[in-house]
Amino acid sequence: MTSTLTPKPVNPLVKILRWIFIRGRRDAPFKTLLIHTTLIIASIVAVYPVLRVVTISLRPNDTLLTTDLRIIPENATLDNYKEVLFGVPEENRKSDFFLWIWNSFSIVTVTSFISMILAAVSAYAFSRFKFPGRAAGLVFLLTTQMIPAGMLLLPLFIMLAQLKMINTALGLIIAYSVSSVPLTIWTLKGYYDTIPVDLEEAALIDGANRLTVFTQIILPLSTPALAIAFLFSFMGGWSEYLVARVVLQKNSTFTWPLGIFTYAQQFTVSWGQFAAASVLISIPVMILFLYSSKWLISGLTLGSVKG
Amino acid sequence: MEPKPSWRRFLPYVYWIGGLFVLYFLLNALISPYSSGITLNSYIVFDRIGGIGSFLFAIMVGLGLIEVYFYQNFFRQPRDVKTKIIVRGLQIFLGLFTLLSIFSFFEASGLYTLGDTFIGSFIRSPISLFSGLQSILFDILFDKGLSGLIVGLVLTLIISGIFIIIQKLCIPRFSRLGLPYLLVMPALIGILFLIIYPFLFEIKLAFSNASLGTQAIKKAQYGLEYGWENLKMLFTGTVANDAKFFEVFGRTILWTVINVTFHVSGGMVLALLLHRPMKLQGVYRTLLIFPWAIPTTIAAMALRNEFDNRYGLFNILLTDLNSWLTTLSHGTVNIFGLGNLFNYLAAHIGPVSWKQDPIWAFVSVLISNIWLGIPFMSVIILGGLQSISKEYYEAAEIDGASTWQQFRNITLPLLRPVLTPAIILGVVWTFNKFDVIYLITQGGPQEKTDILVSSMYKAAFQFYRYGFTAMFALVIFVILLIFTLIYLRAAGGLKSATE
Repeated sequence: MTSTLTPKPVNPLVKILRWIFIRGRRDAPFKTLLIHTTLIIASIVAVYPVLRVVTISLRPNDTLLTTDLRIIPENATLDNYKEVLFGVPEENRKSDFFLWIWNSFSIVTVTSFISMILAAVSAYAFSRFKFPGRAAGLVFLLTTQMIPAGMLLLPLFIMLAQLKMINTALGLIIAYSVSSVPLTIWTLKGYYDTIPVDLEEAALIDGANRLTVFTQIILPLSTPALAIAFLFSFMGGWSEYLVARVVLQKNSTFTWPLGIFTYAQQFTVSWGQFAAASVLISIPVMILFLYSSKWLISGLTLGSVKG
Repeated sequence: MEPKPSWRRFLPYVYWIGGLFVLYFLLNALISPYSSGITLNSYIVFDRIGGIGSFLFAIMVGLGLIEVYFYQNFFRQPRDVKTKIIVRGLQIFLGLFTLLSIFSFFEASGLYTLGDTFIGSFIRSPISLFSGLQSILFDILFDKGLSGLIVGLVLTLIISGIFIIIQKLCIPRFSRLGLPYLLVMPALIGILFLIIYPFLFEIKLAFSNASLGTQAIKKAQYGLEYGWENLKMLFTGTVANDAKFFEVFGRTILWTVINVTFHVSGGMVLALLLHRPMKLQGVYRTLLIFPWAIPTTIAAMALRNEFDNRYGLFNILLTDLNSWLTTLSHGTVNIFGLGNLFNYLAAHIGPVSWKQDPIWAFVSVLISNIWLGIPFMSVIILGGLQSISKEYYEAAEIDGASTWQQFRNITLPLLRPVLTPAIILGVVWTFNKFDVIYLITQGGPQEKTDILVSSMYKAAFQFYRYGFTAMFALVIFVILLIFTLIYLRAAGGLKSATE
């Protein structure tokens, strides 16, 4: 009976094994190793296809088709980039790259601003006031998400054709401008809900009017959400292909997604230039996106978590 | 706080404009040595800025006038009976003017044609007034844009004058509901014009025989029998070229279910792995959202390359795997039947014809879309996880709950407010998302990878069957609506979100 009071001597091997696999409140080394391995594999799966695009863009034109899996290819050159950016003046081939970027940029910036302003203002109403039709309006906004983008495309196309706005930047601006408004309203409403009403009430008692409250309190406090709303509609429009393809049919009005497809659809498919153009376009967008990824998480979920 | 001197308040704008100019000249200087090879020039830039600027200006003026109109309706009331007649008369006139303009816009964009009847010319009267004035000015100025601008400005001035008169004749009034309605108004107008109106247009198109043969809607005929014809065609005939409706519908459901399942489970796994204090967390998170950060068009094209039969990544890997298995099967002594197993594997695992085989083509688009969609879900779920208080887990641990029990009874229920909308929207978006399919396989081979929406796109813009497409779109919309209603009822509604 007394033997139970003295602890049994534990085999040191068992001790080590126990430390590796079960380590009390913190993660055991084995578990940590497993987690890191999984995450590393997942990261490779996520990044490698993107790196392959860089590889193709660096390949010289005579070794485009190869079963090589290295990331930096043999005889890597920047010729494709030069051709994409500045054309080949010797062969009198001009580069439209900057034109496409300009088209995309001008169209998408304007539409993002329009949708952000419209959404910011009406989300404030949905968040702060009780008025007849409010709940119905919110559900209605969600219902508009059921309408496939391709579905409104046909009537929009016919309307734009009737108004002679096919092949114009304005036509595409009109087609894009409202599509992201409903969801942006939801996101921003969720964000406004998290801002305490007391702030506004205090300002109202001090004699401020609603406009001052909105511009001096709500807008500065919701800058991150506004930035996310802007970024979302910007990203949505920036790489949009299907609507643009229908509205824009002339080379000089192309946005870049249409433009880089001219590399893929000529008689000789120039994958190298296609890849180079892709890299040039992706880099700024990806930097912006990865930089803001921290806010993205908070902005996307704040509204829904509250409920 | 000292009030700033008035000119100082404009300093930020001055800096911004100065910065933009510096950037412009810098870029110009950088590019000009190569500009012989570039098609973009400053004329194009300024032309676009002018066009967009006047468009935005017109929108702002229009919205502003409408806002003022409703502002006066909500917050002003006539001083006495006499002024009431004048004020209401002016307001009715303005309202009628606006309504007629909207109706004639509907006509101009092709919703209906009124012809030269009395009603038609009555409805068109504001627009004909506008264009008449513009053509008179055009004879003098020979500039369409400028004359339009002048007419627009004059019209705006007249309307503003009327507003000032009304304002003078009225006294303030309290309105509790005025402000929210005024705030919602601009977005509502935008949605009405660009979502609701096209939707009505679509319904009208669905009951027509519009196609390339009828020059879109120019010679199209409308009637219930055409709608019935379109509907019958949809369910019995071919939807694009070869495929039948129910076949494509089944594939769409498969597409949606597989995608959403993988997105949610994959996103959940990654989020759970990332949601712990550890080294390199930021690095992993950044690397893992790469597929979301890269523009979809580029990602889809890159993946299309990787599904190439000879030079694509997947077949290279599969070929390597196959040769490895073959050498193994030759090298292994046949203990425990291992050699046979490797032999069997080598015979069955190998390069796949991603483009020609319908099943593998479908698998290829599935892989691509899953790869693209997981980061979004994991980011959403990670955000949800971060909002769950740690105390629940501590309490559960004290009570002796296992990790699985904690996940089942704490994590999942508390994630529901995040997951419910994410899953609904995920299903709807995946159901409607076909850019990946369109870019990778174009629906081929023989439309065996088409889903409903991509068939619809083809029917409209490759086969030009407009009336049919409109009916098709309505059916898709109804399907999605039914799904959402069922799901909402099952998941307990959106009450918490709309309150």
